[in-house]
Amino acid sequence: MANLLDNFAYATVPPHAQAFRAEVRDFLATEMPTLPADVRARSWMGFDAGFSRRLAARGWVGVTLPQEFGGAALDAFSRFVLVEELLTAGAPVAGHWIADRQSGPLIAKYGTPAQKAFYLPRICAGEAFFCIGMSEPNSGSDLASVGTRATPAADGGWRLNGRKIWTTNAQNCQYMIALVRSSGDPQDRQKGLSQFIVDLSLPGVTVRPIEDLTGDAHFTEVFFDDVSLAADALVGAEGQGWEQVNAELAFERSGPERLYSSIVLLDRWIEVLRDSPDASRHLATVGRFAAHLAALRHLSVSCTARLAAGESPVIEAALVKDIGTTFEQEIPAVISALLGEDPQADVDAELLRTCAYVSQVAPTYSLRGGTREILRGMIARGLGLR
Amino acid sequence: MFAEALEDILRDRCTPAVVRAIEAGDDPMLLWSAIAEAGFLELLAPESAGGAGLPLDEFFEVALLLGRYAVPLPLAQSMAARALLPEGACPAAMLTFAPGLRREADGWCCPQVPFGAIATAVLADDGDALLLFDCQDAQRLPTGVAHSQAAGLRFTAEPQRFARDGQALRAWGAALHAALIAGAMARAFEMTLQYGNERSQFGKSIGKFQAIQHQLSVMAEQVAASRLAARAAFGAGTAPGLLQAALAKARTSEAVVPVAATAHAVHGAIGVTAEYDLQLYTRRLQEWRLAHGSEAHWHPVIGQALLDSGAPVADFIRDLAAA
Ligand SMILES: Cc1cc2nc3c(=O)[nH]c(=O)nc-3n(C[C@H](O)[C@H](O)[C@H](O)COP(=O)(O)OP(=O)(O)OC[C@H]3O[C@@H](n4cnc5c(N)ncnc54)[C@H](O)[C@@H]3O)c2cc1C
Repeated sequence: MANLLDNFAYATVPPHAQAFRAEVRDFLATEMPTLPADVRARSWMGFDAGFSRRLAARGWVGVTLPQEFGGAALDAFSRFVLVEELLTAGAPVAGHWIADRQSGPLIAKYGTPAQKAFYLPRICAGEAFFCIGMSEPNSGSDLASVGTRATPAADGGWRLNGRKIWTTNAQNCQYMIALVRSSGDPQDRQKGLSQFIVDLSLPGVTVRPIEDLTGDAHFTEVFFDDVSLAADALVGAEGQGWEQVNAELAFERSGPERLYSSIVLLDRWIEVLRDSPDASRHLATVGRFAAHLAALRHLSVSCTARLAAGESPVIEAALVKDIGTTFEQEIPAVISALLGEDPQADVDAELLRTCAYVSQVAPTYSLRGGTREILRGMIARGLGLR
Repeated sequence: MFAEALEDILRDRCTPAVVRAIEAGDDPMLLWSAIAEAGFLELLAPESAGGAGLPLDEFFEVALLLGRYAVPLPLAQSMAARALLPEGACPAAMLTFAPGLRREADGWCCPQVPFGAIATAVLADDGDALLLFDCQDAQRLPTGVAHSQAAGLRFTAEPQRFARDGQALRAWGAALHAALIAGAMARAFEMTLQYGNERSQFGKSIGKFQAIQHQLSVMAEQVAASRLAARAAFGAGTAPGLLQAALAKARTSEAVVPVAATAHAVHGAIGVTAEYDLQLYTRRLQEWRLAHGSEAHWHPVIGQALLDSGAPVADFIRDLAAA
C-alpha cells in the first residue's frame, strides 16, 4: 500500500559512522593501489586478494559479524560508510565482497555452531572467499525452478549434480553457497530447496570462466559431477533454502552497491571538466547527476536505518535498487553522448576507456541481483497490486 | 503534532470543492481565517514573539500537507515569512514570495508570483535587501492559465525594506515548493494506486496487468525519491541552505513530468476531467515545477558549486546532507 512510501523515513548517517569514515579514508590512502580510472571503474569486479587481506587485517572484512569470530561487530551504518568509501574510491573488492555482504551474515544467522566456528574466522581473515550459486542455465529470473540436485548419500552426506552459471568470481573463491533442490521436483517450486556450502576444491567440481564483452572474465560456469558433500555442508534447515535466499537478497539490494557502479566514471569526467575551458556548458548535466545521487543516497540511508534496527526491508531494497541502477545506467549514456559530441575534439584517453568499459557493462547493473522487471513486480506486490 | 492538528482543519475545511471555489475566485478569507485563527501562521515565529518556534524538520511535515491538500492560499510562504522578517515586522497579510524582481522606470515588476492573483503582500529580494510590497495598489497581470492563482505583479508604491540574510528568500522559495510538490505527488500517487486497484477492464482490475504494475512501481520510486530530496532541505538551523534547497527543488521538479504522466496514463480519460480531483494536484505539480526555478534553473547552480568544490561528487553531496 502507500505505506511502502511511508517506510522511507528520512535518516542521516549517525556520528559514530561518520567518525569511522575518517579511519577508512586513512586506510585507503595508504593501502589502496594506485590505479587508472578504467581499472577502478571495475571495483566490485576487481579481484585483488592482497587488498582484500589487508582490509581483513585491518578488521574490515566481516564488518557486521560478531567479534568472537573475528568480525568487527559494526552496525549497518558503519558498513554503509565502509562500502561507500570503497566503491567511490574504486577499490578492488571482488575477493571478499560476497562473503562480507551475504555469505558471512547468512552463516552467522543460519549456520550451526561448528559452521560458524569454521567459516566465519576464515572470512574475517580474508582467507575464505565466497560466491553465490543461484542462477542456472534454465533458472534465471525464475529462480525457484533450479534443477541442480543434492541427493542424500548413505553416509549421511549428499551427492551433488548439476550446473550453475553466471557465478561471479567463482574462479577465485574457495566456497560457493549453492541453492539446490534437495527434495521433490522443479514443479514443487519454492518447496524442497536448500542451501549448501560447496568447497570448490572438491573432486567433481569444475569452474569455467566465461569471457564477457569487455574482454574480462568475471563470471563463470560451475559444473557439479557427482560431488560428495559431507552432512555439514547443508546450511540452515533442509527445505528452507528459499526463505534463506530471500533474507540474503535484502542485504544484496539495499546498500550503496546500487548507487556507485558508475561513480568513478562520473568523477573522472568531472575532473576532466574542471580543467576544460568548456565546463560551463556542462554545469546542468553535472548538477543533475549530483541532485539525483543526493536523493538516491537518502533512500539508501533510509533503508540502512531499517537494517540497523534489525529489520529486513526487502521491498524497499528492491525499490532502491531499481531507481539506483537507472541512475547508474544514465551516467555512461549521457557522458558517452557528450564525448562524441565533437568528432574533431581530442578525448582524454583514460576517460574514454573508462566510459567505454562502463557503457559496455552498464546493462548488467539491472540484471545482477535480480532484473528490473522482477524488482518492479516485487514493488507492485509491496504496493498491494498483486 | 502541529501537522496533525493542521490536517484536521484541512480535511474539513480545504476539501476539493473549496479548492475549486477559491480557484474560481471565491473569497479565500474563510479558509484563511480558519487557519490563521488557530495560530498556524506563527509556527515558525520565535517563541519570544509568541510563535511556536517550530524546528525546520517538523515544519517540513506542515509544508507537505499544504501540497497534499492543494491548499489554494500562500500559507507556506506566510508561515516562512515569520522566519525571514525581523520579529514583529511581518504584516497580518496573505503574504507570498516573489521568485524574481525587476526595477522598472515607474516601479517594480515581479513576474510569475505564486498566488500573485490573491496575495495581499509580497516579499521580494533585490540583492541588497528584502522588499515588502503591499498589494493594495498593485497591478495584477494574470497568466491566463485556467484556474491558476499565479500572476505577475507591478508596484508603484515604495516597499518597506528589511535586512537580507544572504539568499534566504531564494532558498525558502525553492525549498517550500519542493515540499509542496512532494505533498501533491503523494496525493496523486495514492489516487492513482487506488484507481489501479478499483478500475476493471478485461474482467480484472487494471492493477493486475504487469505493464500497469511496472508503471506504478516506477512512479513510487520517483515519489519516494522526491519526498526524501525535499525533506533533506529542511535540516538543522532555522532556514534551508541554498544548495540544499537547490538539490531538493531540482530533484522534485524533474520528477513532476514522469509522476504526472503516469498518474494520468493509469487514470485514462477520467483523470483529465475537471470534475475528477486528480487535476487539482497535477496542475499544481506542473506549475510548481517552474515556480522559484525549475530543474533547468537549479542544475547549473549545483553543477557550478560541485566544480568549484574540487571534491568528488559523493563528498560534495554528503557534505550538504550533513550541513
Ligand atoms: C554481471 C552479472 C553477475 C552475476 N552474478 C551472479 C552470481 O554471482 N550468482 C548468480 O547466481 N547469478 C548471477 N548473475 C545472474 C543474474 O542473477 C541473472 O542474470 C538474472 O537473475 C536474470 O536471469 P537470466 O539472465 O537468466 O535472464 P532471464 O530470467 O532469462 O530474463 C531475460 C529477460 O526476461 C525478463 N523476464 C523474465 N521473467 C519475467 C517476468 N516474469 N516478467 C517480466 N519479465 C521477465 C527479464 O527481466 C529479462 O529482461 C549475474 C548476472 C550478471 C549479468
